[in-house]
Parts: sequence; C-alpha cells; structure tokens
Amino acid sequence: MSRETTLSKAVNEAIAEEMRRDPTVFLLGEDVAEAGTPFKVLSGLVEEFGTGRVIDTPISEPGFVGIAVGAAMTGTRPIVDLMFGDFLYLVMDQLCNQAAKSYYMSGGKLNVPMVLRTNMGATRRSAAQHSQSLQALVAHIPGLKVAMPSSAYEAKGLMKTAIRDDNPVVIFEDKLMYQDKAPVPEEEYLIPFGEAAIKREGGDITLIGTSSMVQVALKAAEALSAEGISAEVIDPRTLVPLDEETLVRSVKKTSRAIVIDEGHRNYGVTGEIAARLNERAFYHLDAPVLRFGAMDVPVPFSPALEDLTVPTPEAVAQAARTLCRGELIHAA
Amino acid sequence: MAEAPTHNTEDYLRMYRQMVRIRAFEDTANQLYLSAKMPGLTHMYSGQEAVAVGICAALTDDDRITSTHRGHGHCVAKGGDLKTMFCELLGKAEGYCRGKGGSMHIADQSHGNLGANAIVGGSMGIATGAALTAKLRETGHVAVCFFGDGATAQGLLYEVMNMAALWRLPVIYACENNGYSEYTRTEEIAAGSLTARAEAFGIEAHRVDGQDVLAVNALARDLVERARRGEGPFFVELETYRYHGHHVGDINRDYYRSKDEEAEWKRVRDPIVNFGTWLEAEGIVSADELVAIGEAVKDEAAQAVAHAEAAEYPPGSEVDMHVYKGVDHALAYI
Ligand SMILES: Cc1ncc(C[n+]2csc(CCOP(=O)(O)OP(=O)(O)O)c2C)c(N)n1
Ligand SMILES: [Mg+2]
Repeated sequence: MSRETTLSKAVNEAIAEEMRRDPTVFLLGEDVAEAGTPFKVLSGLVEEFGTGRVIDTPISEPGFVGIAVGAAMTGTRPIVDLMFGDFLYLVMDQLCNQAAKSYYMSGGKLNVPMVLRTNMGATRRSAAQHSQSLQALVAHIPGLKVAMPSSAYEAKGLMKTAIRDDNPVVIFEDKLMYQDKAPVPEEEYLIPFGEAAIKREGGDITLIGTSSMVQVALKAAEALSAEGISAEVIDPRTLVPLDEETLVRSVKKTSRAIVIDEGHRNYGVTGEIAARLNERAFYHLDAPVLRFGAMDVPVPFSPALEDLTVPTPEAVAQAARTLCRGELIHAA
Repeated sequence: MAEAPTHNTEDYLRMYRQMVRIRAFEDTANQLYLSAKMPGLTHMYSGQEAVAVGICAALTDDDRITSTHRGHGHCVAKGGDLKTMFCELLGKAEGYCRGKGGSMHIADQSHGNLGANAIVGGSMGIATGAALTAKLRETGHVAVCFFGDGATAQGLLYEVMNMAALWRLPVIYACENNGYSEYTRTEEIAAGSLTARAEAFGIEAHRVDGQDVLAVNALARDLVERARRGEGPFFVELETYRYHGHHVGDINRDYYRSKDEEAEWKRVRDPIVNFGTWLEAEGIVSADELVAIGEAVKDEAAQAVAHAEAAEYPPGSEVDMHVYKGVDHALAYI
C-alpha cells in the first residue's frame, strides 16, 4: 500500500521511525525543536521525543557538528541539521578532517555513525549564499557517503539507510522539493546505498540526473519521445557509493549520455560521472558525454539572471537532439 | 608539593611511574628521530608529564579524553602500551592505528583515548560530544579535552564551551599552557585571561601548577567527581613547560626561547624530580626504589622500541581498508 506524501513529510517519518526504533538516535541543530526547522521538516518530533533528543543549538555550526562527531564516536547516532547547504563551508574541518577520517586514522577503531542532513538547490530567489548545491565538495572526500534523494520515496528510504549506516553520511535535500508529493509505501522500507534507479527506460540516450535534476531529465525525455527519441533516465541516488554498473550498462545500450547535477559544472559531479563512463564505456559511445550543471557563476539574486544559471528540460532536450542526430559540432 | 590528598602508596607510585614512562618514551622517540629511523616529525611531551598523569589518574577507562599533536603523554597516561605506541610511530601494522595515524593521530579506544589531532583545537567538539553522549545515555562518564594555549585562539572552543555550559555537560577543558604555540609566546597571542574566558560562559575555571602532579591530581579528582554528579563543565589552565623544541626538528630555538629559561624550568620545576624528592622526604619510597623504577622503565622502553623496529609494516592491501566501516576495500566500493 502506498499514499502520496510530501518530501518534507517523508523525511520527518523516516527520522521519527528510526528514533522510535533506536534510542541512540537524536537530532541536533538550529531551530530543530519547537520550530521544526525553517522549512518545518522536523515539525512534531520534539513533541514526541522531547528536548533531550531533539536539541536546539546556538548558531555554531562547527561547534555542533564537532559535538555530533564526538557523540557518534561514543555510542550515539546523531542526525545533524545544517540549515543551508551553503553553511558546509563553515564545518569543513569537523566534517572532512574529523568525521571523514577518524575511522581510517584510527585503523578501524573509531567510526562516526552520524548523518548530516542539509539542502541544495537554486531558483528560490535566495542569492549566492543560500542557493548552492555543494555535493561535489563532500563527495570528493574519502570517508563520507553522499545521498541525493530525488523524491519523497527516495528521501525516506535513503534517510533510514543513512541513520543505520556506521559511517558519516551527508544527505542533500532539494529545498524547492519539500512540498512535492510522491507515492510512499505505508509499510517500512529502506533504499540501499549504491543502487541507482532507472526512472524511465529508453534506448537512444541515457540522461543521468541527481536530486531535482531527475525531474529535469524526465521532462526532457518526455519532450524527446514526441520526436521519436527514446531517452533512458537514471537517478544514481547516492554519489558515494556510486552505482557505476547500472550507469555503464545503460550507456552501453544507448551509446550516448548527458549528466545533469545542480552543482557548478566545473570540477563537479557531472565531470566525475562522465569520466567514469569514458573509462568504462568509451568504445560504446557514439558521442561525447555532455554535462549540465549550475552555471559557473555565484548564484545571482535577480530572477531574470538566476533562471539562466540552472539546467532546464529544454536545454537538456536540445542537447540530446544534437547528440542523437550526430550534429554535435566541435569548434575547430 | 601540594598537600597530599588521601592516596595510598600504590597511587603515588603509579603516578610516578607513569611520568617516568612518558619521559622514557619521549627520550626514545627523540633518539629514533635523530637516528633517522622515524618517518616524519613528532612533538615531545617531556616536561608536561604531571598534567597528563595528574588528570588521567583521576579517570577510569570508560572516561574519554581527546588529545593533541603533542599527545604521547596523554596516551601513556590513559593506559597506553609503549610497544603498540612505538609501532604506531614507526608506521607498523601492530600500531594502535595499524600505522595509519602515526604520532599525531594515536588513538587508543580500549582506554578511552579518542585520539590525538593534528588540527590545533580540532578535537574540542569531539570531547564535548563524548560528554553529550554521557549525558544523553546517562553513563556517568566524564570527558577531558586536552589542548594547548595556542588552541585557545580557535573559535571552536568558545562555541563548544557555550553549549557545554548551556547543557551542563560532564566535560573538563584542560588547557596546557606551556608558554608557547610553536615559536610564539602566549602573551603575544592571548589577550586578557584564559580562565576569564571560560568564566564568561559561567564555567568554573581554575589555574593550577602543571608541574605539581599532586596538585593537578587533587583538582582533577574533585572536578571529575563533580562532573559525574552533573556539576560540569569545568575549565582548568595548567601552567607547564615543554623541554624540547616545538617538534623534534626544532633544535636551534634561541631566537624565541633562551637556554637559560629552559635550564631554569628543568632545574627548579621538573615534575618527576620534584615528585620523587617529595616521595622520599615523606618516607613513602627510598631513593633506591626510585632508581629501580627508572631502570625498569628504561628496559621497558628499550624492549618496546626494539620490538617496534623489528615489527612488520602493514601489507599494501590495507591501504584502502578502514575507509568505511562495513566495507573491506573502499576502492571497490565508491
Ligand atoms: C588549525 C591548525 N593551525 C596551525 C597548525 C600548525 N601548528 C601545529 S602545532 C601549533 C602550535 C600549537 O600550540 P599549542 O596549542 O600551544 O600547543 P603546543 O604545541 O604548545 O603543545 C601550530 C600552529 C595546525 N596543526 N593546525
Ligand atoms: Mg603551547
């Protein structure tokens, strides 16, 4: 049985279920308790679990991430709420030097089972410091796992897996998708890490999208199908670990691929996936793997400018057409 | 020496012996460096022994500590084994971290040492988090966060002290003020008073002679017991001195620290000599017994380092192990 649920509610349910199941799970962050976060994702949890397990912190991101690392090392499973993904820069030492490396540096003795949930996504008219998609930054660091839910269904299943994982996991939710609904099973389920989902089958081109870019890819695929181009859409669901097999298998079938992620294009997630496809499927490719990401500028405020910086279904469809018709023209 | 609390002879001797073990470990490690047998650099704890020993003697194995780049003393004092430590310093498989951490990351989970840290101030959150676990899980355990005077310049300290005070966490912030951070005097980097900074958060703060192991231990035992009862957090500034350079390679240091100053601390305030003298004067041990302890520890250190030198390096196949718990080899996973 399943029902339509918002992404926000799905995250809330996942956390509540895990907190009921495991008394060592707790929440920590700014305005997580009575306020339930500015996005209201955590509403109601403090009423059920109390302020001992839903802990409001001061505005001290490095401090409370560091505290979560120490708590995780000593027998609890903290879920840290980082209000905006843009604040990752503030916590880099605690996340990347401490949480990510502790298990390795200790030779496998001190693991850090914590979840850092945060968000990403532009076009909320929030300007350059509240709109970034910084998943590449953390996916670059060995020792961290990175999940990117693309719907309420993924958000719930991936969150539950993250909470049970014995390693630090960073989850990026798209802040524009909190009210988006999707069918979510009534009964309990988990989504394993490292298993991509084929969201639409097709034979001519593979569109690989992360998070909200799955919707961009699906819309592009819909437009293309009207023209007789059949696009396969794949959601990797986790960047680390990455389900290379499913991506490679699809590209071997379609011979073409476009990768879409909302982080900046340069040195980003899309480049990594494109490189892996080149390494594993080069002789199956009929065209170069293309990348779509956020334009490589700080995210501007003005709607007239901001809308130019994000990948659109139209742009992806157009690129897919040129690839499928063999029209990609390289500058001499 | 401070007034002796209600110790028995065994406690005194354990503390004395632990200080001697730290000194012997460091002297041996320094030799390893000078004879080019040790990869990398290391920071010597010699001179500061009474701090680690006085505090750790007040803790149980279940109480946690976090340590620093100058961390060998904390590791020994918390129960660490010299052989396993030397193996780690030499990057051998039998080391505490299977050779993956080295001097600056020694962690000994079996005795509650959550690890040294090569980021100055980097473990302040971890210690505070360990105290949060103790509070949430009602374990009655205490966490001690060791850090240097230089680390008091990190903003993280003030973030976590604020939260520790708000949430009344059982954590003790132990600031080892050895007068220098690298090649800079503390006066040049620290405005005002360090204890006053903690007091501004409503945290009870103390200053103590870090060369007097009895004074350190008496204060630590009191604060640890009170922290267990929920009266924490606490802050302690321990006045101390490092005998070596900032690290083993810091040999010519006249430009920031005079030889006279170093000689004076060693002559008047050596924690081991002074405690030994006191033990003798109180009739607790004889001079011969102290010499015997010194000899036994020297043997222990010599055997430990010989073992470590002969020990095996980890096989190359371990290079991508221990990246993720539950994953044997990370490269086949990510
Ligand atoms: C964040 C950071 N900045 C700088 C350094 C380089 N560094 C290593 S130890 C040290 C001095 C630390 O002084 P203090 O905290 O007083 O400890 P001590 O060396 O005296 O024991 C510095 C600057 C570092 N490791 N980490
Ligand atoms: Mg210092």
